[in-house]
Amino acid sequence: MKPTDATASASDHKTEQTSATGLESRALSVLPDGTRHHSRNPGTPLHRDWFDDIQVNLSASDRRAQNLTTRRSVKKEYQAAWLIKAIQCIDLTTLAGDDTEGRVHRLAMKARRPLRADVVEALGLSDQPPTVGAVCVYPAMVRPAVKALAGSGIPVASVATGFPAGLTPLPQRLAEIRYAVSEGAAEIDIVIHRAQVLTQDWNALYDEIAAMREACGDAHLKAILGTGDLKTLRNVYKASMVAMMAGADFIKTSTGKEEVNATLPVSLIMVRAVRDFGDKTGIEIGFKPAGGLKTSKEALAWLTLMNEELGRAWLEPQLFRIGASSMLADIERQLEHYVTGRYAALTHHALA
Amino acid sequence: MPTVKAILDSMDYGPSPESEAHVNEWLARHKDGFHHFIGGAFVPSQGGSYFESLNPARDTPLGRVSAGSSEDIDAAVKAARLAFPAWSALAGHERARHLYALARHIQKRERFLSVLESLDNGKPIRESRDIDIPLVARHFYHHAGWAELLESEFERYQPVGVCGQIIPWNFPLLMLAWKVAPALAAGNTIVLKPAEFTPLTALAFAEICREVGLPDGVVNIVTGDGATGAALVAHADVDKIAFTGSTEVGRIIRKATAGSGKKISLELGGKSPFIVHEDADLDSAIEGVVDAIWFNQGQVCCAGSRLLVQEGIAPRFLAKLKRRMETMRIGDPLDKNVDMGAIVAPVQLQRIQALVAQGVEEGGTLWQSSCALPATGSFFPPSVFIDAEPSSTVADIEIFGPVAAVMTFRTPDEAVQIANHTRYGLAASVWSENINLALDTAARMKAGVVWINSTNLFDAAAGFGGYRESGFGREGGREGLYEYLNPDWETSLAEKSPTASNPLDTAPALTANSTLESGIDRTAKLYIGGKQTRPDSGYSYSVLGPHGHPLGEAGLGNRKDIRNAVEAAAKASGWSTATAHNRAQVLYYIAENFAVRRQEFTERLESFGISPEQAMAEVSKSIRRIFYYAAQVDKYDGRVHSTKSRHVTLAMNEPYGIMGLVCPDDAPLLAFISLVMPAIAMGNRTIVVPSSRYPLAATDFYQILDTSDLPGGVINLVTGNTDELAKTLADHDDVDALWYHGTQAGNALVEQASAGNLKPVWAKGGKALDWFDDRSAQGHDYLRHATQIKNIWIPYGE
Repeated sequence: MKPTDATASASDHKTEQTSATGLESRALSVLPDGTRHHSRNPGTPLHRDWFDDIQVNLSASDRRAQNLTTRRSVKKEYQAAWLIKAIQCIDLTTLAGDDTEGRVHRLAMKARRPLRADVVEALGLSDQPPTVGAVCVYPAMVRPAVKALAGSGIPVASVATGFPAGLTPLPQRLAEIRYAVSEGAAEIDIVIHRAQVLTQDWNALYDEIAAMREACGDAHLKAILGTGDLKTLRNVYKASMVAMMAGADFIKTSTGKEEVNATLPVSLIMVRAVRDFGDKTGIEIGFKPAGGLKTSKEALAWLTLMNEELGRAWLEPQLFRIGASSMLADIERQLEHYVTGRYAALTHHALA
Repeated sequence: MPTVKAILDSMDYGPSPESEAHVNEWLARHKDGFHHFIGGAFVPSQGGSYFESLNPARDTPLGRVSAGSSEDIDAAVKAARLAFPAWSALAGHERARHLYALARHIQKRERFLSVLESLDNGKPIRESRDIDIPLVARHFYHHAGWAELLESEFERYQPVGVCGQIIPWNFPLLMLAWKVAPALAAGNTIVLKPAEFTPLTALAFAEICREVGLPDGVVNIVTGDGATGAALVAHADVDKIAFTGSTEVGRIIRKATAGSGKKISLELGGKSPFIVHEDADLDSAIEGVVDAIWFNQGQVCCAGSRLLVQEGIAPRFLAKLKRRMETMRIGDPLDKNVDMGAIVAPVQLQRIQALVAQGVEEGGTLWQSSCALPATGSFFPPSVFIDAEPSSTVADIEIFGPVAAVMTFRTPDEAVQIANHTRYGLAASVWSENINLALDTAARMKAGVVWINSTNLFDAAAGFGGYRESGFGREGGREGLYEYLNPDWETSLAEKSPTASNPLDTAPALTANSTLESGIDRTAKLYIGGKQTRPDSGYSYSVLGPHGHPLGEAGLGNRKDIRNAVEAAAKASGWSTATAHNRAQVLYYIAENFAVRRQEFTERLESFGISPEQAMAEVSKSIRRIFYYAAQVDKYDGRVHSTKSRHVTLAMNEPYGIMGLVCPDDAPLLAFISLVMPAIAMGNRTIVVPSSRYPLAATDFYQILDTSDLPGGVINLVTGNTDELAKTLADHDDVDALWYHGTQAGNALVEQASAGNLKPVWAKGGKALDWFDDRSAQGHDYLRHATQIKNIWIPYGE
């Protein structure tokens, strides 16, 4: 498929989606202006000149990433609110070989009630108890997850396309997407074919992602770049840009299975790509760090990154997700400490 | 207090105040006033008066500080002098233990010192906590190491003695560390005068000195204003003055110490370029701007205040910069979410406001962040003049505030031209992802520090200091230590036997020229730009032999000849960039041609009344000395400092450019060779004033230069009245450094005159040097004084 063809297929999805179970039901009513809606990314043709001469300096990027977390801090009630926000942005995830229906059910129940009721009450949120951003599972686990989350408004995200390596044949990868969508997944986390980045075969990368975008139908597409495999920040930027042009609604760092997962410098470069793409097209793309994120401190660091580099709108689950499985437990303990003034025990909070 | 639910909407950061409780307790303990730290004790001022140190963010007083009088300075200098023999005699290891203890205790008091610094100075706690104070501790650790290694690494060097140190208010404790650590490591004792606006961390440091049991009198701290500093500079028993501050005060200090024999090092102002090439990582360069001009409210001597942006990317760059300015947060320095705190004092704020107003009045377009400013305190928003030109005041004057001037350039050559077109030369920042372009630009910067794809990086292992009117001397690393050491030969120079000054007689001589009997009359001319030229004055003066009989005539050079010689030297810039091998070849060739004419030079020296043996020895020594420097040309090389990981920090020896060399009357040939050869070996072009009494050995020499492939303008000879010519050289703003070997009076004269462009002067206080002694008259000290070190920071990684 030529890039221009891919564009044509991507543009079929230009219309704004309003699915009841999708992101839009969790509209940005919390925003002061109350008018924002997150529309799908219709994609653009492949513009190589948008990334061909990109320059990324590693040491300078490291320095910025390092400074970001020391330049901002949130304390007390602000910290509590920011941690609640982190919960709302978590894609609560299980992607293990031993996942069962029961395991997924337990996770879904935690997604519905991520915080103990007394903590929610003490935070003054009983009328609007927080829930997580989504539950993320393998395609075979989508159906039980959808069932367990029925009526909660929490979308189910499914990884697909030969996760985590993405090296099964394209027809099978596209079929996997269609399967997950047909099972009820509202969001699809695809993995890109890393070889296409490592060999700089941007046409092929663009075509594949555009095809996946088409296969997603109404489901939102998150493109996992596998940044640990891409190695250079230049590659990360270029892959980010191609994925967005091909119609990705989110770009996501990692599968959690690479040697190096989400790091702040890599995330910095991806969100800068999001910003540059927005400057050129007016389209807002979401960002999802994933893999290895375990602590409240990390949650705050990434929220700060989003706020500083992209702005307030990227502090909502419509444009920001954190892929994590154990981070929630740490946040719960921090929030209990905020509420009670005492340090909390893990066993006092429900297992995810 | 907003509810969690409300914050979920606003997603504000909220306040994140650093506690000041511990520091306030300390301030309360000192509510009756702080005293000077002299001889290991806190003593009240002999004048008895106090001044307030203010918190510039709140306009509230922090404490009463003693106003140092000249009596206080005198007491402190006496205490330092008393402590010097024992401290300097300590084994290096013993001093190392003291410095190590200081480093350790600073680390243990890190948060205390950070909070105190931010209260007194107004800088954000994030900076004092993450940058200033950790660097302070690092500096003491590093120099604990130098104390340990001093005996082995600096053989034949001695401490200078009692050092007077005057530091600025922008990095109060860090500048203290930069001054105190190397001084103590080298075995000196000190009297330090902190800045009037920010004396408190220095007083806390004094308490730490007491806490670690530093011997009494090794560190003395006298607080006060400019008058206190002036008393320190003027004190007769101070051996060295180290100063960081404005170029204006640097000039005053240079003049005040002229002829006193005090060693001085000056770290002065700057208007440093920040060059963004079109192939730079633009987002990183934007963050670089934040760190360059909004770090410490822009009150940084090496702040990147001239933003030079390649024309094609300027619109994108400015759009990104403008957006970034909007996320800056200005406010209470103790709030951890604040990027920029308060300007140090109302008077500084007024200065910034006046200069910005002038920029607007001149038609400049001013952009300012719309961030909120606190209602009280001295605050100024991040500001940029987006369409400045080199002729704009705001692109020329050091504003010392958070104000940058943006200019565009078309080509890399033009970037270098604009960047170097300044009286300063402290630092430069170069942004390009092309290694060839980045390194080429760095090499061509006339600045003591160049950061590639980075800015405002500091480390104790790297030298910091300026070119041109940004001062001289380095702080940090091996190069910084020399500022607190003297080579032993320099401290043991003999008094010159007083010789009657020789009025240069331009009238016809009374007796026949004895050398004419054997040959044809010879005319020694000046040698300028590779040509033998007649003196502008049209006069020649008689060169007399030991018994007053005429030996010949030499041209009576004047200021216009010096001017012409400097112009010729300026044109010969190719010499400075020639390969070391090429320069070495020329030096060897000079020696070769010189050796052929050994006999003629021996006879010339004999005509001055020198014995045949001594004359032969002087010629032989001269030839060997040329060989020595020819050998050194490609061996006196720089270093790679161990600073940060994944960084190469190159310390490169660069020639000053144009040097004036004023020769003594003794050893008229050997002294001339001993001064000229190291200077040109390192790539300088020189204007040499040969011995006025015996100029003919030097003027004979130009025939050798003519036949040795030396490019014209590298060595220029102007004969005549030594001090008259030396004064013109010292005055000349295009002469970059001066070596003076004349009289004590002349020494004072040239040091005084050198204040114009603050050229470093290396002089001997009218003392005599044994030019035959290799330890005194040749070696690394000469090469070091013929070069200035540029530190280039090169981060790497993909």
